[in-house]
Amino acid sequence: MKAFSYERAGSPAEAAAIVARTPGARFIAGGTNLLDLMKLQIETPGHLVDINGLGFENIEDTSDGGLRIGALVRNTDLAAHPRVRKDYGLLSRALLAGASGQLRNKATTGGNLLQRTRCPYFYDPNQPCNKRRPGSGCGAIGGFSRNHAIVGASDACIATHPSDMAVAMRALDATIETVRSDGSKRDISIADFYRLPGNTPEIETVLEPGELITAVTLSRPMGGQQFYHKIRDRASYAFALISVGVIIQPDGSGRVALGGVAHKPWRIETAEAQLPRGAKATASALLADATPTLENAFKLPLVERTLDAILMQAKG
Amino acid sequence: MLFDKPATTNPIDQLKVVGKPTARIDGPLKTTGTAPYAYEHHEVAGNQAYGFIVGAAIAKGRIAGLDLREAEAAPGVIAIITHENAGGLGKSGSNTARLLAGPEVEHYDQAVALVVAETFEEARAAAALVRVDYIRSDGRFDLATAKDGAEKPPESAFGGPSDTQFGNFGEAFAQAPVTLDAIYTTPDQSHVMMEPHASMAAWEGDQLTLWTSNQMIAWAVRDMAKTLGIGTDKIRVISPYIGGGFGSKLWIRSDAVLAAVGARIARRSVKVALTRPQSINNTTHRPATIQRIRIGATENGKITAIGHEGWSGDLPGGGPETAVNQTRLLYAGANRMTATRLAVLDLPEGNAMRAPGEAPGMMALEVAMDEMAEKLGIDPIKFRVLNDTQVDPENPARPFSQRRLITCLETGADRFGWSKRSAKPGIMRDGRWLVGMGVAAAFRNNLLGKSGARATLDRDGLITIETDMTDIGTGSYTIIAQTAAETMGVSLERVKVRLGDSRFPVSCGSGGQWGANNSTSGVYAACMKLRDVISQNLGFNSADTEFVDGKVRSGNRVVALAEAAGDAGLSAEDHIEYGNLDQQYQQSTFGAHFVEVGVDAATAEIRVRRMLAVCAAGRIINPKSARSQVIGAMTMGVGAALMEEAVVDKRFGFFVNHDLAGYEVPVHADIPHQDVIFLDETDPISSPMKAKGVGELGICGVGAAIANAVYNACGVRVREYPITLDKLIDKLPALV
Repeated sequence: MKAFSYERAGSPAEAAAIVARTPGARFIAGGTNLLDLMKLQIETPGHLVDINGLGFENIEDTSDGGLRIGALVRNTDLAAHPRVRKDYGLLSRALLAGASGQLRNKATTGGNLLQRTRCPYFYDPNQPCNKRRPGSGCGAIGGFSRNHAIVGASDACIATHPSDMAVAMRALDATIETVRSDGSKRDISIADFYRLPGNTPEIETVLEPGELITAVTLSRPMGGQQFYHKIRDRASYAFALISVGVIIQPDGSGRVALGGVAHKPWRIETAEAQLPRGAKATASALLADATPTLENAFKLPLVERTLDAILMQAKG
Repeated sequence: MLFDKPATTNPIDQLKVVGKPTARIDGPLKTTGTAPYAYEHHEVAGNQAYGFIVGAAIAKGRIAGLDLREAEAAPGVIAIITHENAGGLGKSGSNTARLLAGPEVEHYDQAVALVVAETFEEARAAAALVRVDYIRSDGRFDLATAKDGAEKPPESAFGGPSDTQFGNFGEAFAQAPVTLDAIYTTPDQSHVMMEPHASMAAWEGDQLTLWTSNQMIAWAVRDMAKTLGIGTDKIRVISPYIGGGFGSKLWIRSDAVLAAVGARIARRSVKVALTRPQSINNTTHRPATIQRIRIGATENGKITAIGHEGWSGDLPGGGPETAVNQTRLLYAGANRMTATRLAVLDLPEGNAMRAPGEAPGMMALEVAMDEMAEKLGIDPIKFRVLNDTQVDPENPARPFSQRRLITCLETGADRFGWSKRSAKPGIMRDGRWLVGMGVAAAFRNNLLGKSGARATLDRDGLITIETDMTDIGTGSYTIIAQTAAETMGVSLERVKVRLGDSRFPVSCGSGGQWGANNSTSGVYAACMKLRDVISQNLGFNSADTEFVDGKVRSGNRVVALAEAAGDAGLSAEDHIEYGNLDQQYQQSTFGAHFVEVGVDAATAEIRVRRMLAVCAAGRIINPKSARSQVIGAMTMGVGAALMEEAVVDKRFGFFVNHDLAGYEVPVHADIPHQDVIFLDETDPISSPMKAKGVGELGICGVGAAIANAVYNACGVRVREYPITLDKLIDKLPALV
C-alpha cells in the first residue's frame, strides 16, 4: 500500500470537486474492494475522499411508486428492506448471493456497482494486464480463462464484471444518479453506464473524473416472478461462473440479464422477445456473438440450461 | 523405552482419562485470542521491526540487476536483504529450491529480497519499490508434456522404490477376462492453512531465537543451522501454537531464514509473515499427478492383476508424489506392479501435503475399483470385500497388525443406508437434484518414529510434561495431558503441558499422522520412568507400586504425590523407540467413506448431501479431537474432489489463482452433516498406547467416494479432478 492522505468531504458536490481536481484521488465508501486493491498496489490513490455520512444512506419511495436507494445504503440493508423484498425480489436475491455477511454489512450500493474485475491476472502485478497497466497485454487471453467473458470481450481484455447486484439492477432498468465536479447532477441509465473493454479496458464506466454516484433509482415495480440463479463451484462465497436474473410475467414475456459472461451485466432487450419460445432461443439471441475460449465455452450451455430451469420453475 | 514386543496390559488400559472425548485444554486460549501465534509474540523481544518479502516476478532465469535506491530511501526502511548481502546462505536437505533467490531464480515468487522497516506498512510499501531486472529463461511447466521425459526417482524413506513387480502382471492382465485400463489426474493443490508461514527472529550475540510456525522443531533447528552455517547449539526454535500446517510447515521456509538474516543485518528483532499469494507460490504444494491404473479380474470378481503407475513433477533435485504406494497393500492379487516417475518442472517446489501419496493415489485407485465393480456387475463394497487381504500381498508371511477394512465397509453400509443405492446410475431423483451414493476404502500407513519427553513432579503434586512436540490444531496438548494423567494417576487438571520448544526433549513432531501415537508413547515412556524415580525415592518396589488418585501406593503404604516430590521435585526424561515390529507386521489404518451427493439436473452443480467415515485406527486416545481431525480431513477431501486446483499458467510458470477468492476450498454451506464412527479396537503391535494415526486417514478415499457418488447420481465418470460442473454439463441429458 502506498502512503495516502485522507479527508472527509462536507457534501457530495464538494467530494466530487476534490476528486476531480486532485490527481490520483479516489472516493472511499465501504472500501471492501478498494482497500484490498490498495494493499496489492493495483490501486494506488494518493488521496482518499471519504463519502460516508454525506446523507445518501436512505431508501425512499419515489413519487411514481418506485424506489430511490442512496449510494451509501449497505448491501445487507438493501437486501432486507421490506419494499425490496416485496417488489424487487430479484435485487434482494442477487445481493444475498454475493460475498459474505460481513462484506455485505460494509459494502455500499454505489461501491458495488463500481467493483473491479476478479481476473487473476489483474490481481497479480507481475503479470500483463491492460486493465491494470494499459498496453501491457492481456494475461488471460491464452492463459487461465475459465471464468472470463464469453461475449463483448476484446483482444485487449476478456475480464468479467463481478457484481451480482448490478445484474439485478440491469434487469430492473435502474437509473444511476450522480453529481459532477461542477455540482451539476445527471441521471444515467444502467444500460449506458458500463462500457465494454474495447481498447481501453481500464475505463469501465461512463463516469467523468470526480463524478460521484449518489443514488440508484428503480422505477415502479413490474411484478412478475423474479429469479436470480447464481452458478458457482462452491455453495457460497464465490464469484459467479454465470448468473441469470429473470423477471417473468404471467403472459410469458419478461427480462433476462446475465452475470459472469461479460465486462458488464449482460442484457439484450431484443433477445427477450424470444422468451416465450424458450431458453434455447433466448440464450442463442443473448449470446449470438459469443467468442468463448476453450476453457469457458461451458458457459454457453450453462446459461441456456440455467435459464431453462428458471423458465420451468416459473411455469410451476 | 524400547518397544519391541507387542504391548501387554499397562496403565493406559485403565482408560480413566485416555479414550474420553475431552475438550481441548488449550481451547479457551484459542477462543479468547490469547494463544500467541508466531507473528504475535509482541512482548518477547524488544524493538521489533517488520520484514516484507519481495518475490520473483519470473519462474526461471536470473537476476540481472537490483536497484534498491528508491526502496532504501522510503520512509522507515532499516535494511534490505538480497543475495548480495545475505552472506552466502546454504540450503538444507529439506528444501529443494533455495529460500532466497539470486542470481538464479528457480521458481515464481521465490524470495529475492526482504525489506525491513519500522512498520509493516512501511516495509510493504518499500517492497514495491525494489527494482529487479530479470533475464528470463525457458522453463518446463506442463506435466502432461514433461511426462514423457520423466525418470525413476531415487528411493526415499517415505517414498519406497520407484518400481515394484510381483508375479507376472503383464501376462495376468492380458489374460484376465475383465479388465480396466484408465488414466486419472489430480491437480496441484495448495495447503492454504489458516495461519500463513510466519517467524520472528532475535539475536543475542551469536545466539538466535526463532519464534516460528513449524510442525517439526528439531528439523527446523537442523535446517536453520545448515542454511545459516552455524551450529545447532546456537539456535532455539519456539513454536507453541500453530494455525495449521498440513505439511507445508514440516520445513523451514523463507520467512524463517529471512527473519534471521534480516535480524542479523538490521540488528533488530525482525518478524516476517508470508502473504496469502506468497503462501501459494513462494512455498510448497502438493504436486499434480497423472496416474494409470490397470486391474484384471476373474468373472467372479477376484483380482488377478493390479498395476498402478504415477507421474508427477518437481524442480531438479526434488521428489515425486508417491501416489501408487497404497496399491502395494490395499487389495489382494497375485500379479502386481507399481511404478513412480518424476519429471522436471520449474514450478514452485512440490512437497508433502496431508497424506502425501495416499491422498491423490486413493482418489484414483478407489474410482478404478468402482469402475471395475461396475464392469463386473458386483456391488462395489462386495468387490472390495472379495479382494481383502490380511497379509502384505507382496510378502504373505507378513500379516497386518490389525486390518478391519471389511468391518468398516459393512458397518458404514448399514449405517448409511447403502442398500437404498441404485446400482444403475442416474436413477435417484430429489426435485432438481440427481442423487447418488458413493463409497471408497480409506487407507493410510501408520508410521513409527522416536519421540521423547520430560516429566516433572513438583511439590504441589502437579505433573509437567515438556516435549518439542507441536500442536498444529490437532489436539496434541490435550492427548498428551490425558496420557500423563492416566499414567501418573492424576486428574487432567493436575497436568501442565509445554510444547514446541527446542529446549525440550526431541519428539516425533507433527506430520504423516504419526504425531498422536508416537508423541503420547514418548510421554508414556517419560511418565513410566518418573514413576520409577518416585518409587525408588520412596523406597518402594517399582513393580508393585500403584499411582492412583494423586497418590503412590505400595502394599499398605500410601504417599501423596505432592509429598513424594519433596521440595525439589522429581523429574525423568525418556523416549519411545521401536524395534522391528513394523517389519514383522504391516501397520496401517483403515476406513470406509460413504458420500451422498446431488447433481443439479440443469446446471450440473454438485453438492454433497451426507458423509460418513468409519475408521479403524487402533485406540482412539481422544474421540473428540480425533473426530475433529477426521471431519476436517473429510472437508479437505470435498475440496480436493470438487474445487481445489492451483491452476498452472503454462506460459509463465506459476499458480494463477493465488488467493482464497481464486483457490476455492469448501465453505460451511458446502459441508453437510458429517458422521464419524471409530471401531472399538486396540493395536498392541503399534505402541504402548495401542493407538495409530487418524488425522490423514480421514482424507484418504473421500475424494473417490465423492467421484463415485457423482457418477452414481448422473452417470458421468470424471477422471480428472477436480470434478467441476464444466466436466459434466455437456453430458447431462436435456431438460424435459
